[in-house]
Amino acid sequence: MFDHITIQLLMGQLLIGLINGSFYAMLALGLAIIFGLMHVVNFAHGALYMLGAFVALILLNSFGVPYWGALMIAPIVVGAFGIVMERLILKPIQELDHLYSLLATFAAVLIIEGLMRLQFGASGLPYRSPLPGGVNLGFMFLPWYRAWVLVFSLIVCVAVWYLIEKTKLGAYLRAANERSEIVESFGINVPLMKSLTYGLGVALAALGGVLAAPIYQVSPSMGSNLMIVIFAVVVIGGMGSIIGAILTGYLIGIVEGLTKVFYPEGSHLAIFVIMILALILRPQGLFSAAEKSR
Amino acid sequence: MTNDPLLTVADLHAWYGESKALHGMNFTVRPGELVTLIGRNGAGKSTTLRSIMGIVKKRKGSIRFDGQETINRRTYQIARRGIAYCPEERAIFASLTVAENLTLPPVLKPGGISDDDLLRQFPNLQQRLRSGGAKLSGGEQQMLAIARILRTGARFLLLDEPSEGLAPVVVREIGEKILQLKEQGFTILLVEQNLQFARRVADRHVVVENGVVVDTLDAAEVEANLGRVKNYLGV
Repeated sequence: MFDHITIQLLMGQLLIGLINGSFYAMLALGLAIIFGLMHVVNFAHGALYMLGAFVALILLNSFGVPYWGALMIAPIVVGAFGIVMERLILKPIQELDHLYSLLATFAAVLIIEGLMRLQFGASGLPYRSPLPGGVNLGFMFLPWYRAWVLVFSLIVCVAVWYLIEKTKLGAYLRAANERSEIVESFGINVPLMKSLTYGLGVALAALGGVLAAPIYQVSPSMGSNLMIVIFAVVVIGGMGSIIGAILTGYLIGIVEGLTKVFYPEGSHLAIFVIMILALILRPQGLFSAAEKSR
Repeated sequence: MTNDPLLTVADLHAWYGESKALHGMNFTVRPGELVTLIGRNGAGKSTTLRSIMGIVKKRKGSIRFDGQETINRRTYQIARRGIAYCPEERAIFASLTVAENLTLPPVLKPGGISDDDLLRQFPNLQQRLRSGGAKLSGGEQQMLAIARILRTGARFLLLDEPSEGLAPVVVREIGEKILQLKEQGFTILLVEQNLQFARRVADRHVVVENGVVVDTLDAAEVEANLGRVKNYLGV
């Protein structure tokens, strides 16, 4: 039944799974940060990831800014856009039921995607890889760019984890995650902190978009296609759990990759089976309790 | 102790959503005083502290602190004027260590107690610095909750039921700490249901019923009218 499976195939899919997991981890990390502090289920995350890719494309085509410049500029531009979005859309409804913010961000998705479709069309646009070529690992050919994505996203995830778990700023974020009004009673400007946190989460999504641009086609729907998996990652890891988002992101990428070896049609299905099992057996998520009980 | 109030609460109304909790509170606290808000459960004592701190958003009336109106200020702006708040449920952050909890509030004004002095004043915390906040006993959590607000430099403390749910020996210890803080010059507004505890530490008692002040008694008046005060508290 599994005669076709070779070590090369297995290792190849494992590596592809890790690369996909990089995107999952980075996007889920942004979602978890936003949910943790603001209790906003940011449906717009995929659209902001897509905006990151488009900003990189526009910077290249209209201003001649290469990929490496876009990697820095696009997250700042989209992050600033996110802060404006938070102030105009989310802040006025923050006292209302969380359902309102979910609907508001969903509306933002429709508007952003619609505008991008109007301007750039529905089909994908190519973005040239900044790192052509690759290396033969014996069991697979690894393009340099994918290796870069793997390493860079891992660095970003570790850096964000360090920021949140090991610094004073992170302590404010974690405390505000539990009781924001008490943190504010210490004299900390929590409304500003929320805006900046939303900006950081959005910037991470945009960074993911820039990283994805040379791998996938840049298209208005590139975020929507990914978001359903990202939400599953956040649910499995534990809503608001930073380490949960990172580890589950990579884990789901690997599971998806390995399932492709044994039963390709079921690779997506496997993610949601895990999500259902996690919801039944550990509804708070795989990692949330571990974080709280430190 | 001057006669000009440090805090003046006048005709304070407050709501939780559509439900009205305060119906026109009036009282003052002078510098260096230790005043308790006493009354039955649900009388509006904790809501008063939360309103002074700006945590209850829907409120009307006047709250003047150090000569300045704060009713329209946000919680962090009120804190920066020199008010610190220790909530009833202590709000020790479970995801932070004791050390992180202790040093979380920033220094907002000069005159805050240094971290070394805090550990000298609250020696139990010294050995638990690396523990998770949730791992502390109730008494230790209460000590931590009080200790951490002292580093901000605020000289006016709002303490909400610090004796609640604690063993008598720990309550006595907390009482001593609060008296020490008073001796150090802090002005304290204390919400308390434990009359014995309140009598031990306070200069003056403000009795709250159904969201309004119904009586104000100094320490001597409380001793002379103990039956009346117990009647207010339903004990």
